[in-house]
Amino acid sequence: MADALELALRLVLVLGAFLVLPLLVGQTEHKVMAHMQSRVGPMYAGGFHGWAQLIADGVKFAQKEDVVPAAADGAVFRLAPAVAMVPYLVVLVAIPIGPGLVGQELDIGLFFVLAVMGVGVLGTLMAGWASANKYSLLGGMRVAAQLMAYELPFVLAAVSPAMAARTLSLSGIVEAWEPWWLIWQLPGLVVFFVAGLAELQRPPFDMPVADSELVFGPYTEYTGLRFALFLLAEYAGIVVLAALTTVLFLGGWQGPFADQLGWLWSLTKIGVVALLVVWLRVAVPRLRADQLQRLAWQALVPIALFQLALTSAVGVWNG
Amino acid sequence: MSVVGLLFLLMGAMAVGSALLVVTTARLVHSALWLVVTLGALAGCYLLLGAEFVAWVQILIYVGAVVVLLLFALMLTRAPTGVQTGLTTGNRVVAAATAGVVGLVLVTVVVAGFGGARVSVDEESVGSATSMGDAIFRHWVLPFEVLSVLLLAALVGAIVLSRGRASSGEETP
Repeated sequence: MADALELALRLVLVLGAFLVLPLLVGQTEHKVMAHMQSRVGPMYAGGFHGWAQLIADGVKFAQKEDVVPAAADGAVFRLAPAVAMVPYLVVLVAIPIGPGLVGQELDIGLFFVLAVMGVGVLGTLMAGWASANKYSLLGGMRVAAQLMAYELPFVLAAVSPAMAARTLSLSGIVEAWEPWWLIWQLPGLVVFFVAGLAELQRPPFDMPVADSELVFGPYTEYTGLRFALFLLAEYAGIVVLAALTTVLFLGGWQGPFADQLGWLWSLTKIGVVALLVVWLRVAVPRLRADQLQRLAWQALVPIALFQLALTSAVGVWNG
Repeated sequence: MSVVGLLFLLMGAMAVGSALLVVTTARLVHSALWLVVTLGALAGCYLLLGAEFVAWVQILIYVGAVVVLLLFALMLTRAPTGVQTGLTTGNRVVAAATAGVVGLVLVTVVVAGFGGARVSVDEESVGSATSMGDAIFRHWVLPFEVLSVLLLAALVGAIVLSRGRASSGEETP
């Protein structure tokens, strides 16, 4: 009984993190982007720096009419936002933020995380097809092409720290992590982060949703809460990518006073990586289709393979 | 019947039911989406049998990669949102009979080969990554290597086929 109660408490905490962290990232994006672009943005709602604008946006989304286009495939159209969002919630269950501070410890946590994250793509593809809109379909095809190119380097780069730590458990990888991994795992870190950005379709890899040419691609026909769910999925994706980068490459909760402040270290690292994601959106122009494919196949895949070879060599050297 | 047994039955029924929908639905993209349900239910069966590693690999490879590839191909060709007619082949009776016979043969082979074997699902080590790795890289390493060479050959073949057309195109400008 106590076990069940503890598990329930952990899951409630994960749900809380899922509801709070993406909104925090969203709010940070509003404010940081505004300052980086030398504009103020919404400053009045709620008083201090317009903190209530996010809540006002939420209320606005909830009030909007839920439109399903006449030619759309209703069932798939309605289901798509949930398929896009739920995987990120499930993934958060397995990500540790402190020693023992994890929704559910899994022996093969890395495989679980990679497998479930891959499902989220289907939501975007379903949205792109079911909208019965040519812009949406074009967006959906771009999503599929981009994901097929970037899934491979993403998974290959994620394998490297697991090989170095000789375990597939995410907690085990953090425990085996040492500061010098920052240097010899650096190529893997870069590949993982860049490929992860592309999987989330975040700028500079936002060609599938390109608002100025495709009018938001797969999400063109969505309004109200369903559109908000897609936005939430994007922010939850940023949180998951930042958390995975932290756990796999940045040593998770390791740092001074890790015994007492481990969770704070994890959250700080996650915050810094999320901030980097926002920064890249402001700083880097969108890549073209051919540039996207060239980057994936001619740069990221070879670098990831080189990292794997290096990790194996060091592993054999250390016995 | 235990909870696990009941869940297994449920997953099995889900896999078979959605597999039937894959071949009977009148919308091509719905077929691909029902295939996701089939593969997911199958992964659930693996999970309930303690084969954790195989279950997540199933999701990663089939749902995350193969179905995405399928959907991409469907979107590239023709996939209207409405009902399509003439999707079901005229050979459906023969096809169903063939599928039934193949299924019967497979079930017979598995029952004849492993019918009496009992593996305790409660033991955690049965389908873990460690035991799978041990089995593949110690006992079954030769078939594993042969398979990898086969896949490599297929990969090289695909590249040769797609490049052959490109170079002949260059010769006749």
